Amino acid sequence: MTTGATVNPPASTGIPSAATGGQTGAGPAAAAALAPRLREVVGAGNVISDPRQLRTYECDGLTSHRSVPALAVLPDTAEQIAAIIRACAEARVPYVARGSGTGLSGGALPRADGVLVVTSKMRRILDVDVPNRRAILEPGATNLSVSKAAAPFGYFYAPDPSSQVVCSVGGNVAENSGGAHCLKYGFTVNHVIGLQVATPSGDLEWIGDGTAAPPGYDLLGAFIGSEGTLGIVTKIVVRLTRVPELVRTMLAAYPSMDGGGSAVSKIIGAGIVPAAIEMMDALAIQAAEKAVACEYPPGAGAVLIVELDGPAADVAYEFDEARRLCEEAGATEIRVADDPAERAVIWSGRKSAFAAVGRISPAYIVQDGVVPRTALEEVLHAIAEMSEQSGIRVANVFHAGDGNLHPLVLFDDAEDTAEERAEELSGKILDACLAHGGSITGEHGVGTDKSAYMPKMFTAVDLDTMQRLRCAFDPGGLCNPGKVFPTPRLCGEVPGVRRGPGTTVSLSAPADATAAPGEHPFSTSSGEPELF
Amino acid sequence: MAADPVEVLSATGADVRKGRKADAVAGVTPAAVAAPGSAEQASALLSAASAHGLAMVPRGAGTKLDWGLPPRRCDVVLDTAKLDRITEHAAGDLVVRVQAGVPVRRLQDELGRAGQQLALDTADGDKATIGGLVATGMAGPRRLRYGAPRDLLIGITVVLSDGTVASSGGKVVKNVAGYDLGKLFAGSRGTLGLIAEATFRLHPLPPEVSYVTLSCDGAAAAAEAVRTVMGTQLAPSACEIARPRPGAPVTVAVLLEGRPDAVAERSAKMRAALDGSIPGVPGAPGAPGGAAAAAVSPGWWNAPAAPAGGTLLQLSCPPGALQAVLDAVDEAASGASPAAMPARGRAASGSAALDPVVRGSAGTGVLAVGLATGAPPAAVGEFVTALRELIARQGGDLPGGSVTVVHAPPAVRDSVDLTGPIPAVGLMGAVKDQFDPGHLMAPGRLTGGI
Repeated sequence: MTTGATVNPPASTGIPSAATGGQTGAGPAAAAALAPRLREVVGAGNVISDPRQLRTYECDGLTSHRSVPALAVLPDTAEQIAAIIRACAEARVPYVARGSGTGLSGGALPRADGVLVVTSKMRRILDVDVPNRRAILEPGATNLSVSKAAAPFGYFYAPDPSSQVVCSVGGNVAENSGGAHCLKYGFTVNHVIGLQVATPSGDLEWIGDGTAAPPGYDLLGAFIGSEGTLGIVTKIVVRLTRVPELVRTMLAAYPSMDGGGSAVSKIIGAGIVPAAIEMMDALAIQAAEKAVACEYPPGAGAVLIVELDGPAADVAYEFDEARRLCEEAGATEIRVADDPAERAVIWSGRKSAFAAVGRISPAYIVQDGVVPRTALEEVLHAIAEMSEQSGIRVANVFHAGDGNLHPLVLFDDAEDTAEERAEELSGKILDACLAHGGSITGEHGVGTDKSAYMPKMFTAVDLDTMQRLRCAFDPGGLCNPGKVFPTPRLCGEVPGVRRGPGTTVSLSAPADATAAPGEHPFSTSSGEPELF
Repeated sequence: MAADPVEVLSATGADVRKGRKADAVAGVTPAAVAAPGSAEQASALLSAASAHGLAMVPRGAGTKLDWGLPPRRCDVVLDTAKLDRITEHAAGDLVVRVQAGVPVRRLQDELGRAGQQLALDTADGDKATIGGLVATGMAGPRRLRYGAPRDLLIGITVVLSDGTVASSGGKVVKNVAGYDLGKLFAGSRGTLGLIAEATFRLHPLPPEVSYVTLSCDGAAAAAEAVRTVMGTQLAPSACEIARPRPGAPVTVAVLLEGRPDAVAERSAKMRAALDGSIPGVPGAPGAPGGAAAAAVSPGWWNAPAAPAGGTLLQLSCPPGALQAVLDAVDEAASGASPAAMPARGRAASGSAALDPVVRGSAGTGVLAVGLATGAPPAAVGEFVTALRELIARQGGDLPGGSVTVVHAPPAVRDSVDLTGPIPAVGLMGAVKDQFDPGHLMAPGRLTGGI
């Protein structure tokens, strides 16, 4: 598909144009044709139509899936975002929102026939409201910048994905991000108390009201984690958490993963809820060592990072007990961080893990499966077996406390069929997670990457019912279409009744997100259609 | 409708009987009461009911049926009593899957045997079921630490009015696959469908608890005490206030949970911090007028602020607005203009008619106001309007909060706006239309025509 086509198809009639080869919906030329109007909304310098510049946005953190948008727009205000959506809706052009582009499931993968709405200019922290223990931010604000702004007052923003230096809170909202400390502190949905959203009908609406118990349906809870398919967030109200009095961190080394797993079971079984428990296997340790020289105990089959935080009295007691239990489980070495610097060193290996495997393998696929914690040992054994049978190396990094695995399936992309075989192994790992009652994604989201697996986890009826929600917000099917669900639900006829101030249910028929054979809205750079 | 609901529904094979006056939902007696024994049976029932245009209201123990508006129609009550199994308690994973008709109390007893709990508060003697807990979204003092039902819900199975049985989530806490129908159904009060089963994350039972209380002489002192509590690093599980009538002292009570030694230490520190927050108090532990600690909760803890037939309001506001809210309750209850506001300590004339009791989570900004059972509807209406205006002013750029009439006698319910303006009510209506296009599930109960 080309951008900047000379053909100007009629807008909003849904008539297939020659440029799109039979695909219903307005097509990429219609998207490109929006440029003048969008320049009026955001200013000429904030509309990108040059193909070379557009390539900057062709993928997010999932670099195996690429698609160049017809246009990219960089708004600066909530009103501009709403106006962009209105323009797209009238022209029947799909749109995708992008925060910092660090997502690992292709949720921000652009549409070649659509507009990419990039929120990176909207990074302001609008207010740190200490008396009410909340902060108001723009969607492009980085996760860590919120904690930094709250720090002088003795507060922080609890959800802490490993990419927090870069990732946006808007993206966190889309994915319902957790982070290493979610075991104790929960996820984004537990820490966001209000959202201003530019809805697919082009209105700005508040969902939730910045207080703890808003009336009516919990649309906030439903919106968070909806992966950008129900609207674009324009303001976020987050809960701030009091910084814990004491943090204690230790690293325990084991001859094998079984030892580490046993330690985790003992700790949880003792009624201790650590702030974080992370585990890495030998291959992951090896990679981390090469990347950041964290100096984890050499020859360890597994390392466990256990962190407790909270009031000093509780942490002191529980930490000693946790340490004792780690020893009981057969630790060959235990290191306790005595100060923030040592704590940072212990964490450096874990935090670098994904990027670090690049030192030991040309390419990799990272999975995000979850299993019940009690099934961890069995599933890790199964993964090891599958790895051995296929001859494909798998490095394991995971949140041991909640069973969220990140198997890193390593392969050499120069090798023939290596990528396909790695994909196959990845799929088998997810199957194993599901067979043990788990999930296909604990925090990275479904996006483009795992939508094909959704029918393995949910029935067709489940998926159809979930999509009723989507029909309520986006009957036109233009808001990040094609993500999460492998088969879109036709929204049917819903009367265009104005139900309340500023909200209208659209009369427009849904855009058909499926492409004609050979044509695909997510054309990859190789021209091969990606199935979703 | 021509067909007899009992006949129509009995044809599904489910347990169905004629509705009695005792089955009335907010004054509306159903023609039939159906008790499905499984999600599949519920599916057949709802499907049959829908086909005949019968309006349905789900019921657990029926303890909160007086919440909200009466249903516009109620042909069938869907009784969850037979959905009574604790399906799976995975203690090692701190997860439990339970059918909607299980009483919360029974579940807690079962979990307690394994040293675990569903970290949600129900009032003493409350017979509420799990389904009711989720459908009402109610939470008590410990919402400060653990949140509301939606925060602990990790999976749900629901039955829609057309008989669709659908699940979302699962049985692992880390799970972002698909949309979260559980969040949507939590607090939906039966208007989106029947909750058949729910899966929750659990917490260990704390070995020890301590309640630290301080009696404060007025709203300003109470607000200062709450600020002090929330500013410590002592990780309170709850921070509640109670004021039995305008002008009376405000009691601030803090719950601390954990290991015995640790709780004792934190309790002492909390008392010292509270004592330090009140000017004029010597600050020595046990000093007269100072904070006290106890192993049991105050009598009013988690008790309803209004009796069953009375008017109960829920205020959701920014926590920093506590003093303003307490003062506004005084002012609105007295019916006086700001200039004529009576001095603190003296009962305001006119307030006897409303007699507002204020309780609730000062730490999160979710407060309950109970009004006298005989309060005249017009006075209640003015009171609610005044509070809504006050709360709207607290917001700044944000909506500000809400005042909801949770339950009230019919005379009040029929004349007062129960919720005030609700953000995104149009979107809520669109959601309702998708999940229950025929508007057969508890029609008109929630708000704004839903």
